[in-house]
This record gives sequence, structure tokens and C-alpha cells, in this order.
Amino acid sequence: MSSGINRSSGSMLQQLLSRGEFAVTAEAGPPRGANAEVVSRKGAILKGYVDAVNVTDNQTAIVRMCSLAACTHLLQLGIEPVLQMVTRDRNRIALQSDIMGAFSLGIRNMLCLSGDHQSFGSQPDALNVFDIDSTNLVNAVKNMRDEGKDMSGFALDVAPQMFIGAAENPFADPFEYRVIRLAKKIAAGADFIQTQCVYDMPRFREWIRLAREQGLTEQVHILAGVTPMKSARMAKYMATKVPGMTVPDSLIKRLEGAGKEKGAEEGIKVCLETIQEMRELKGVHGVHIMAIEWEDHVPEIVKGAGLYPRPRAA
Amino acid sequence: MIVAEQKPLAEIKGIVAPYQRLLVLGCGTCTKTCFAGGEDEVATLASALRLAFKKDGKTIKVQELTVERQCEDEFIKQAAPLVGGIDAVLSLACGAGVQMVASRFRKIPVLPGLNTTFIGVLEKQGLFIEKCLGCGNCVLDDFAGVCPTTRCSKKLFNGPCGGSKNGKCEVNPETECAWQLIIDRAKEFGQLDKLKAYSPPRDWRTSHAGGPRKLVREDHIV
Repeated sequence: MSSGINRSSGSMLQQLLSRGEFAVTAEAGPPRGANAEVVSRKGAILKGYVDAVNVTDNQTAIVRMCSLAACTHLLQLGIEPVLQMVTRDRNRIALQSDIMGAFSLGIRNMLCLSGDHQSFGSQPDALNVFDIDSTNLVNAVKNMRDEGKDMSGFALDVAPQMFIGAAENPFADPFEYRVIRLAKKIAAGADFIQTQCVYDMPRFREWIRLAREQGLTEQVHILAGVTPMKSARMAKYMATKVPGMTVPDSLIKRLEGAGKEKGAEEGIKVCLETIQEMRELKGVHGVHIMAIEWEDHVPEIVKGAGLYPRPRAA
Repeated sequence: MIVAEQKPLAEIKGIVAPYQRLLVLGCGTCTKTCFAGGEDEVATLASALRLAFKKDGKTIKVQELTVERQCEDEFIKQAAPLVGGIDAVLSLACGAGVQMVASRFRKIPVLPGLNTTFIGVLEKQGLFIEKCLGCGNCVLDDFAGVCPTTRCSKKLFNGPCGGSKNGKCEVNPETECAWQLIIDRAKEFGQLDKLKAYSPPRDWRTSHAGGPRKLVREDHIV
């Protein structure tokens, strides 16, 4: 293992957010195979342009290289990872064990999720676990960190000091419960929130307004999710096939209007406009760029949004 | 009730193929109620099997009997006089019934004719819906009478996932989102606030996770 990994430091993402910097994170999906170079390649593209890189945990229930291993590959390149962890595949015993292992390897950020249902994936015949839910996982990580105890109350020799993330989807139903759920995750221990991709700004604004009204945006760092559209076709697919996603017709029309050749360019333009709106929106503390298998466009987005160079952690 | 459905005829045919003398044994309680294993289904299946084997040029002797319940030995023993003259029993009870019959008649195979599906209700004619997983620790009082363990595809206890849309579950647009139902019902009687409370990890020991379960009622032991 490279000696470049600093296992004693805390989360740089946390430092930046606490300092009031507008954070930028990106997502990198591990490969469907054991090739570490895929991870390194994505990491190399993103390095310096984002504050941390989320590594997905078998996203859309398709079997991939585990997030923990891929995070370690990123650490070796000097990139700060956010370990995504879903409760779909592992029970509380395995989850806690992985959290300890992750910390021992130098991982300092986690995103706690329930995970996409396995029926969407490549192995729908699998059994799911869901021993605990994402809010329970947030709480378990918090107790490990702050109380130094595992879920049984056993005192750990070294407590994993994780910066704890959770997800929220302002576009799912029932809308009135979305802010209640956010409050629950914060009370359970979430330090930061990464949202579902935002295309419906009016609804997002309403959600953040309600969160602000309840003082929630003072208690948690909210990173708005953005995903650049590659084409009108992708927008239509996201609108109809991806659960929990709202894609306004006006956006589909705009991408169609740009024509096939310029669809991607227009998609990035839309993404930059969204980021600009987010920077001006009170209660939003950063953006999370989920450029799905399009990581090479992240530097251009970060630069285009005027968010480059990234601030340095102390 | 316990809801079950009959296996496809071709599969049943394959299961009973090695035997010449068969008893099709119905169950007059749950599987009768869900139209899978009562007298009517026993008669229909027995005829279908006779016909199917006849078409193949094979003869099979199929007897029919339906008892009140196959999960109680008291009722199963009615089948005892027939058992001497058969090679196998095809049970149209739930999996518990099949095993109960097997434990009484040890010298012959007892075969399943149904797939036991769930504990559920007759929502309307022809539609059964799963409502209970038998987790052994009922919390319906906390969730406005709608079970998240059974009816949420992800067993979520702290609110709906990001895939709840227009009251439907992302896993199947024909399935209602349990959390939408929980929230709607809680609002009806002014208990939405109750759903703001954090729901801690569940203790699954009372469920099947704790191994096969047993219930002892001292007051009923004679």
C-alpha cells in the first residue's frame, strides 16, 4: 500500500464545508470487473476539480467492484473518497465491520443509503437484506463515532471518525413528508446531504425553503445533485424509466431544440445554469455532480461554473 | 389467511409422475378460501391428472379427499384408511400442511401441489394481497395500521424512499407505496406527528431470522 495515504487526518470535505466554502463533489461508479485502472482513470480526471469523490455501492443493483476497494484506490492517488454504503446487501454486522475497515484504510466520509431495489439490477433473483434502513445506518455511524460504541453498545478500541452523509430526494412523494424525513436523518446524525439530481428547480426551491424555515439548513450541509444530460434521449429516459426523478418537459424540449449534434453541449449548459442557481440559493452548501459515465466532462463543468480552482483544506 | 396458488399442471405432473396410486388431499381452511386446495380444486386437479396421464398412454389411480385442516393431526388422521393403498400424497395445503401430513404418514412421500405465497387478505374478488410477514413483533400501532415490514419493498421504518411516486412503489407501479398509505392514514386521525419519531433498528429475533419458531402455551398443555 502506498505510504501517501494519511490515515490520521480528518475529512477535508468536512473542513471545507465547516469553513463555509461552496463544496463540489462528484460521483464515480466502479467497474463491472476487477480492473483498478478504471477507478484510477476516473480519479485522475476528477483530481483537483472536486473536493471529494463518491464511490457508488453496486448502484442500480448491478454487481460491481466494491466501493470500499475502489475508495482505497482513490486514496492512493491522493483523492478523498466518499464511501457509499447501502443497506440492501449487508446486515448490521457486515456494515459495522466495513465501516471500521474503511476508517482503518483512511476513508473519512460516508454516504448512508438504503440502495436501489435489486429488482432493477442485473440479478433480480437475489435476496435483499434491509436489516436496517438508511436512517438507522446514519445513527449507527454517529454512535460509533461520538459514543465510540458499536450497535450492541460495545466500546470500540478506535472509533471510526466519519463525516456522515445521507441522501434526500425532494422530488419523490409524499412531498409534505420529505422535509420531515430530512429532519429525521439530521437528528439521527447526518452531517451532510446529497440530493437526487435536480431538474425541477421550483420544487427544489420549495423544498429548501421548507428546510430553511425549520432551521434544518443550519444543522446540515446540503449538496444539490446535478447530472448533465447527454442528449434529449437521456432526458426522456430519466423522465420515464428512472424512479424518483422529475424531468420537466421544457428541458426535454430544450435539448431536442438543440439538435442531435449540440444536445450534449446544451445539457452541460443546463447543468451550469443549475449550479449557478444553487450557488445563489440560501441553504445550499455545494453541488454533487453525478456525471454518469461522463466523468471526463466534470473538469469542464467545474471550470465553467467558476468553481475552479478548488479551495485547499488546512 | 394463508394464501397459496396451485402449481402449473405440467409441474405437478412431473412431481407425481413416478407414482401409480395417488391421493390428492385437499385442505378445507385457508387454501380452500383462496380457491387453491378445497374440494372443488381437488376434484378438478384429480380429473386433469387422470386425463393428462391417459393422453400419455399411462394410467394413474387418483383418489380424492379433503380434510378440514392439514395443519392439525386431528383432521389428517381421516386420511389414514386410504394411505395403505397409495404410493404418494399430493397435498393441496400450505407448506405447513404438507409437512404435517408428512410427519404422520412416514412411509410414503408427501408432495406439494401448491406454492404457498403469503399471509394476506381477499382485497376484492380474485385479488389477494400480502399484509403480514409474521415477524413476531407487531408494530402496526406505530405505523397507522399499515405494516412497513411487509408492505414496503425495502422494509423501511423511517419514511418512504426516493422512489415513491403518486402513491405507488418504484418496484412495481401496481403496488401501493406503504409509506404513502401510512402517512395518509396517520393524517386521517391526526397522528402525522407520531411519524416524526426516529424508528430504531428492529430486533429480528422474533422473526424467522431467529431460526424456526416455536410457541408454547402452557395453559393449553394437557
